[in-house]
Amino acid sequence: MKKLSSANLITVLLLIVFFISLIVLEQLIAPTDRMNMLLVSLRQGSIFALLAVSMNLLNGFTGLFSLGHAGFMLIGAVTYAIFSIPLAYRDMVYLYYDYVIKVSFPEIFGNLLGGPGMMIGVLISIILAGLVTALIAFLVGLPVLRMRSDYLAIATLGFGEIIRAIIMWQGMGRITNGANPLRMFTRTDSFNITIGGYTFGLITFTLALLSAVGIFIILLLVTSSYGRAFKAIREDEIAAEAMGINLFKHKQLSFCISSFFAGTGGALIAIFMGTVAPIQFRAAMTYEFLLIVVLGGIGSITGSILGAMLFVFASMWWLRGLDSGAFLGLERITIFGVNLGEQVFVSGFRLVVFSVIIMCVVLFFRRGLMGDKELPYYVDKIRSKFKPTPKAGGVDA
Amino acid sequence: MPDNVLRLEDLTMQFGGVVAANNVSLEVNKGEIVALIGPNGAGKTTAFNCITGVYEPTNGRVSLNGEVIAENYPQGKMKELYKGENKGKYTKTVKLTPDKITYRGIARTFQNVRLFKALTVFENVLIAKHMRAKQNVFSAIFRLNHREEKRMREEAMALLVEQNLEHLKDHIASSLPYGLQRRLEVARALATGPSLLLLDEPAAGMNPQETQEMAEFIHQIRDRYNLTILLIEHHMGLVMQISERIYVLDFGKMIADGTPDEIRANQRVIDAYLGVADDAED
Repeated sequence: MKKLSSANLITVLLLIVFFISLIVLEQLIAPTDRMNMLLVSLRQGSIFALLAVSMNLLNGFTGLFSLGHAGFMLIGAVTYAIFSIPLAYRDMVYLYYDYVIKVSFPEIFGNLLGGPGMMIGVLISIILAGLVTALIAFLVGLPVLRMRSDYLAIATLGFGEIIRAIIMWQGMGRITNGANPLRMFTRTDSFNITIGGYTFGLITFTLALLSAVGIFIILLLVTSSYGRAFKAIREDEIAAEAMGINLFKHKQLSFCISSFFAGTGGALIAIFMGTVAPIQFRAAMTYEFLLIVVLGGIGSITGSILGAMLFVFASMWWLRGLDSGAFLGLERITIFGVNLGEQVFVSGFRLVVFSVIIMCVVLFFRRGLMGDKELPYYVDKIRSKFKPTPKAGGVDA
Repeated sequence: MPDNVLRLEDLTMQFGGVVAANNVSLEVNKGEIVALIGPNGAGKTTAFNCITGVYEPTNGRVSLNGEVIAENYPQGKMKELYKGENKGKYTKTVKLTPDKITYRGIARTFQNVRLFKALTVFENVLIAKHMRAKQNVFSAIFRLNHREEKRMREEAMALLVEQNLEHLKDHIASSLPYGLQRRLEVARALATGPSLLLLDEPAAGMNPQETQEMAEFIHQIRDRYNLTILLIEHHMGLVMQISERIYVLDFGKMIADGTPDEIRANQRVIDAYLGVADDAED
């Protein structure tokens, strides 16, 4: 293995600090605290980061403009839910259908091995969610990946919606519960560890860790020989093919792996939200991830992570006051007889402000926050500013 | 089999009603440098694209080292539209995608340089090594193939050193000057480990000195890598200097073939392409 460069080392250290602080924060902040929003945002942010990175693998690294992400997430979320609702609760969930799948992995392993067994069962369900999604992506890919650019986008958009329609279809009700939400499946509480009457909250940490593992695998993929082949396809399909790269095989590979992580991310979303309602996984959800990818930088993994965090924090937490009539004390101001708090900061205004911010980012950071560079590159750049050497600033070749 | 590396038999490529290459036959022997010349639109690049699998010929056969890599006959709508000759001579269909043909040992460069522009010089060459690697996606992700990866990197680096491009290793391909981009494209093609190299206008847009360097370069790589080379070129000075045999295309038809001296003296070639003999020296 290669030795880590110092910039990479700093990045790894930052990550370790981040994860330790996640554990510490969760012990300090009570669920009723106002600051609990921080934890919730961190949880959702890490899951969104995995989903954004998986979309970036397809759109940014392989150059396949695909818009079917929400559909694949839904498959993952539904698969996870189906295989982890305890059997005793199934009658309450499947109110209108006779359920056919009678397996609950967290229950099976929980009974077998106790507390840690639940965790293993959850992991198996998550991986199964990814595999099912990848399998369906493989089938969708057979016709769709023969198209290029805009046509591919339209076709995947269509397939995303078709997947949702099929899952909501009554005929599938005995498996997917039709249009009704799936709930009561194993949730985040099983991540907490109780020792001697004291419960260690590890929900945020575990969700972030699972996402990080997925992101790390994608990182290893894009830096491998296959990742280079994907980039070659993005740069020039004809030249890539002339270099002996089988276009269809590699596109299919990228599509399936991206969908695998969309599926596992969908399962994590299910764990995070507690219910899976297919109606939420509309094309609009895909656009959120597209936005994150563009915001962070197409072709940058750390960019997608940063974009996901900023997106979630801004829309879930920082700008929340804009909808509920209180934002940085601005609600007291009255302009031209219009009171901001009562007449402007009403439901929906958050999205208006958010859109303006995004427009500014896209206008002024045309290639996203990170371009196609990764964090270690910027660490190096910042360090060279502090240590003025003749070579300073010469890194951007 | 004779030592034909490449053999085109009655190759016809028809787009709708337009016959871009008509009944083209040619042979390239092992170790030769052969040029394909002709006015614009004569079907030279079309022939290249048929050889490399980008196009599927309408009729005819292409074989590499005695193995058929492309064969077709007019089918479907083409049955009625077909205007070429030798209808009914071929009855099989062999179709290989460009990547499979590259795998069998034909590498090519493009008329308008097609590098992986946003990637570095080193990555451009390294990508060509991907094809022959034995790894699978799993072993690549979990770095179980690090020995193979290391070998790929060493081979790519060695090639860059041989081509005097190693100092530009980390430069972005699109930032190189034009002449070097062409050199890099050839280096990238060499990295696929070819036995036959197809060069599409390697000296296009080059000044006389660069052209002279290109001529030496082509000779050099032929000897160094035991290559057989087929090239398309408009630069008559270069063609006459380096090629051992020349084929001349005009309006899709092969009008002459022979040594440079024979071609220079051929009246049909002069009429169709070279013009007055004095200009041919340019």
